[in-house]
Amino acid sequence: MKRREAVQYISLLVGGTIVGGTAFLSGCKSKTGVSMTFTDADISLLNEIANTILPDTKTPGAKAAKVGQFMTVMVNDCYEAPDQKMFHEGLVKIDEASKDKNGKSFMESTPQQRHDLLVDLDTKVKDYNNKINEYINSLTPDQRTQMKIQQDFTGSDPLADKRRQNPVYYFQMMKELTLLGYFTSEIGCTQAMRYVERPGSYNGDLPYKKGDKAFA
Amino acid sequence: MAQNTYDAIVIGSGISGGWAAKELTEKGLKTIMLERGKNIEHIKDYVNATKGIWQFPHRGGRTQEMIKDYPVLRRDYPLNEMNLDWWVDEKESPYTETKRFDWFRGYHVGGRSLLWGRQSYRWSDLQFEANAKDGIAIDWPIRYKDIEPWYTYAEKFAGINGGKDGLPQLPDGYFMPAMEMNCVEKDVAARINEHYKTKRMIMGRSANITQPIQERVNCQYRNKCWLGCPFGGYFSTQSSTLPAAMKTGNLTVRPWSIVTKILYDKDTKKATGVEILDAETNKTYQYFAKIIFLNASTFNSAWILMNSATDIWPDGLGSSSGELGHNVMDHHLGVGASGMVDGYDDKYYYGRRPNGIYIPQYRNILGDKRDYIRGFGYQGGASREGWSRNIAEMQLGGDFKDALAEPGPWTMGIGGFGEILPYHENKVTLDKNKKDKWGLNVLAFDAEWKENERKMRIDMKNDAIEMLEAAGVKNVTGFTGDGTMGRGIHEMGTARMGKDPKTSVLNKWNQVWDAQNVFVTDGAFMVSSNCCNPSLTYMAMTARAADHAVSELKKGNI
Repeated sequence: MKRREAVQYISLLVGGTIVGGTAFLSGCKSKTGVSMTFTDADISLLNEIANTILPDTKTPGAKAAKVGQFMTVMVNDCYEAPDQKMFHEGLVKIDEASKDKNGKSFMESTPQQRHDLLVDLDTKVKDYNNKINEYINSLTPDQRTQMKIQQDFTGSDPLADKRRQNPVYYFQMMKELTLLGYFTSEIGCTQAMRYVERPGSYNGDLPYKKGDKAFA
Repeated sequence: MAQNTYDAIVIGSGISGGWAAKELTEKGLKTIMLERGKNIEHIKDYVNATKGIWQFPHRGGRTQEMIKDYPVLRRDYPLNEMNLDWWVDEKESPYTETKRFDWFRGYHVGGRSLLWGRQSYRWSDLQFEANAKDGIAIDWPIRYKDIEPWYTYAEKFAGINGGKDGLPQLPDGYFMPAMEMNCVEKDVAARINEHYKTKRMIMGRSANITQPIQERVNCQYRNKCWLGCPFGGYFSTQSSTLPAAMKTGNLTVRPWSIVTKILYDKDTKKATGVEILDAETNKTYQYFAKIIFLNASTFNSAWILMNSATDIWPDGLGSSSGELGHNVMDHHLGVGASGMVDGYDDKYYYGRRPNGIYIPQYRNILGDKRDYIRGFGYQGGASREGWSRNIAEMQLGGDFKDALAEPGPWTMGIGGFGEILPYHENKVTLDKNKKDKWGLNVLAFDAEWKENERKMRIDMKNDAIEMLEAAGVKNVTGFTGDGTMGRGIHEMGTARMGKDPKTSVLNKWNQVWDAQNVFVTDGAFMVSSNCCNPSLTYMAMTARAADHAVSELKKGNI
């Protein structure tokens, strides 16, 4: 099976079909003692992580688009319990990874240090997902169809357990939510991209040159 | 006129119910349209229509609570936070799945005419004759010549955009100017048509107007149809048939009216009216009329018939043939292919077009013969990838953000719609062990597609791959996903028309054989399913049946 078909089964969630947790878990502590609510410090950290992934350029970055706050809403409302837990633990783990790499917490690190750290994490996510791709490739077409049927029927990702075995899965979630949160935000749609509420007409042969923004 | 007495009752206010109300009121009949759900007022109640995606807390997605509360709707795209309250509350209105059936419903004024995909195609005699030629089920009691003037009539009023393609299997209609293919679709279509030496890929035909009709403004290319269009740019009960009916002064609309049975007089062999349960107050009322149009949507119309005249026919009004509830059909989906299109880096598109390309049936017609019967069509289109795409050489940072803010490479994809045969054993029955919120028995669904459809799906995937590769599309991959019945949302059958009351529920005018002043003109009347979207056929047959109904009424025949 080719890569594109695998991607269909992997990409999911940045379309808003994120499988998530039950709202009642916010306010609880997980078994590891990790809090399941988001503090202001958590939101600041998430904003800095998001802003490292999508910084200010000529257009505002993820922090200006309040992506950190958005991420907490999605984790609280749309994630399943195991993913919520891993996400919260990820806020701790990312600091551990940061200290391992340059002796400082994420918030204490310089922009370049933050960037380099997230590239490391993202590379690990990519490598891990290549393995998931290989697994999907190894399935027969019938097995892939059955997986799709199960996914649709339950509203839940049949590969979720496999994904959660990635030690840095928390970063995959953070990056997905960053992209979703930014490119569906008002800043993302109206400044980074072009948004026309009422185009009025259709032109299927529009000239395009590099640097022209996408239409949201 | 006595209280609660009208000339006509219309049950249901969706695509076909709205048409029945318009036709009957325009012909002078005092009509009451009974809708089981709430009112939705044109424009005023389209509360999410002009919002930016950022105005939705989960950016249009679905929460865990929604997934829990909607175990059926979650199975496909309809579960979303932008128009959630236009889909049926599954706790209030459950049903039984003897075999899995994905039933996506809209219980409100306008029904799924607010939510539909708007693709509008005519049938030809190649499809009307198919049952007779294949020895399947029963013959349609009509042919193209019977419905042709009504297709024109419906298209003129509704406003259908399309091109004159000259294809025998997909007759041209009365069209407004067609929407445009984009530059990549044009080239792909040209290459496919050259390769197969026939016009295989055409522009889709949809019920979005490309010219104004009275108060309705032409489509503004926002592609938010299913949130309600403030411009009236697509056909719905709200934008089109309801205003026309209201203009006559002859229409009363009663929301929150669940019709629980048709009242039948066994001496006159006619229906006298209906009984309703008010969905808000749980009070019972009766309404009386000379003519009843049953447009509650396929399965709900069957349900109403099953609950009517049970003192005479235990299985309900129209059950004397043994076909009521049987021959359930849909279209099976979830098969197709997609790939990357090289080049066209200097081309893009402006506007969000609510329509795409269409490939009409080409299998098992015009000399082609496969190891299954009937055929399939495809919908699809080309677009440039967006911000959720993978960029191999970038991972994060400013350049990454700016790159994602630009459109990515072009892709082209097509998805098939396959015909499902009418199998007698595919049926709905009353589940007397389960009740809905109002204490009414629910329906049990026992239907599945079989070997013919399974074989067809192999071609649907392989042909899609072959066509795209022939067009020069790269990295083409096929997909076979969930094709469970119901996901087509093209429910048909359960009260089929026919030539013989022993093998059909309705005659060729959509009249119930056993109660000739009752007309069923939603998907329930269908005898076979073809592979193209059925709503235009419902519109045409409703107008035709209404014309016959009024004519018969004037002659004193009903």
